[in-house]
Amino acid sequence: MNENTKIKVEHLDLYIGKQHILKDINIEIPENKLTIILGPSGCGKTTLLKCMNRLTDLYHDVKINGSIFIDNEDVLHTKTDVTEIRKKMGLLSQRPFPLPMNIYNNVAYGLKISGRRNKKALDARVENYLKQVNLWDEVFDRLHEPASKLSIGQQQRLCLARGLAVDPEIILADEPTSALDPISSETIERKFEELKQQYTIVMVTHILRQARRIADYVIFMYMGEVIEQGPAKEFFENPKMERTKAYLQGAFN
Amino acid sequence: MLKKIEEIFFRSLMLISNLLIVSVLVIILYSIFRKGLGALNWEMLTQRPHGGYYYGKEGGVLNAIVGSLYLSFGATLLATVIGVPVALFMNVYLVKRRKILNFIRFLLDLIWGVPSIVYGAFGFGLMVFLGIKTSLLAGIITVTLFILPIMIRACDEILKTSPLGLLEAALSLGSTKTETSFRVVLIQSFSGIVTAILLSFGRAIGDAASVLFTAGYTDSIPTSLNEPAATLPLSIFFQLSSPVPEVQNRAYASAVILIIIILVISLLSRALSKKYHKNRI
Repeated sequence: MNENTKIKVEHLDLYIGKQHILKDINIEIPENKLTIILGPSGCGKTTLLKCMNRLTDLYHDVKINGSIFIDNEDVLHTKTDVTEIRKKMGLLSQRPFPLPMNIYNNVAYGLKISGRRNKKALDARVENYLKQVNLWDEVFDRLHEPASKLSIGQQQRLCLARGLAVDPEIILADEPTSALDPISSETIERKFEELKQQYTIVMVTHILRQARRIADYVIFMYMGEVIEQGPAKEFFENPKMERTKAYLQGAFN
Repeated sequence: MLKKIEEIFFRSLMLISNLLIVSVLVIILYSIFRKGLGALNWEMLTQRPHGGYYYGKEGGVLNAIVGSLYLSFGATLLATVIGVPVALFMNVYLVKRRKILNFIRFLLDLIWGVPSIVYGAFGFGLMVFLGIKTSLLAGIITVTLFILPIMIRACDEILKTSPLGLLEAALSLGSTKTETSFRVVLIQSFSGIVTAILLSFGRAIGDAASVLFTAGYTDSIPTSLNEPAATLPLSIFFQLSSPVPEVQNRAYASAVILIIIILVISLLSRALSKKYHKNRI
């Protein structure tokens, strides 16, 4: 394993029923970089992402073979409680799902369930994380209103704040800007560029321009297979595979 | 042109069926209230049946009002405590096991359709087995069994609509499935759950056959779980069976009381759940 590889996927196959969704996936995701999983819709990107924090456990009739190493621990075959594994990874989904509680508690939720109940400390952390995602100025005077009253863009930033609040090492983002307006999207993108100093970010997208803007490392998938992977500069300027070239030129999707 | 005719045809069809249903309801309510309001008086609400009540002499149905409230609150409480966690379990823990889940749903739908008199007979058998006599407790247990499938399936249908993304979000924050169930999924669906509980309560307070052998009937008000208890539906039944016209009208008055109880409880709990909901969702 490369020294600064955070996530390493080895020979991962995933079936749903008889359908072969992920085919022999082998990838290495570098630490404290922004890795983009790129590919057309339905190529298995989201499924791959959800394998990493074992949300695939929730799906019907799924069979997985292979390994996913995170810090040398195979999360698919480990005795560690799956709750502990998930705590390492914040998830940002396609559209925000605020918890059914007020803005404050959305951020404090993860802290409270891990036993931190000191009011002052919680206040400080909630403020800190809301500031980190540039939401504090918009909500500081209505922290006790339901989170669902916020706009979608604000909700997505709130979801990011609530994910960061539990101190993850990795951020998994599944097309996190696809439901957002351009300004909110830009905020999220810019935030990611800042956050990658401290976090390993894995982001799924089918938007080529977005990948070009922010990727450090690119994994290109097509029909359940990884076609090509590498540092962004190399990937975009000098793609090796025919399929990648075709995709970059907009031949499909 | 054809499309327009089609549109008019189906629209009038829907309108007619709507009117039909509403008018049937109105007619039922009207006939109950017309016959019942005349017989309804303060005495009906505040007194137990005295000697000769069923021949048209003085007294009221306080025994049945109190008995019905005890019984249906007890049963609804028990069924909520058992049923809501079952529905949560189905939708958080079993969400992956679709075959088992469908089988459970199928079973519940099946026993939902079992007539309440069968529950009454089953409850009676259970009483004999456990050695308890006709009592409030036996009635509560039987009615709980009777409304449990309704409670579970109604909650289940509500929880089914809770988005998978919310479950994923809560789990990703490091909450266990139990925390996710009670602190996120349940809260998200709270007002729907209240409706499910109300639905079960309505069935509990309105059913006569399941309590016939189990809670029994008495003119006194139960002071413990071991005493038999009267219920409004049975009270209505006995009064309707009377040949005396005044007593028959009292049956309608009892029905009015029953309807008003359900109405008040529905409105109250809806108002409460709305207030609770407003601060969260």
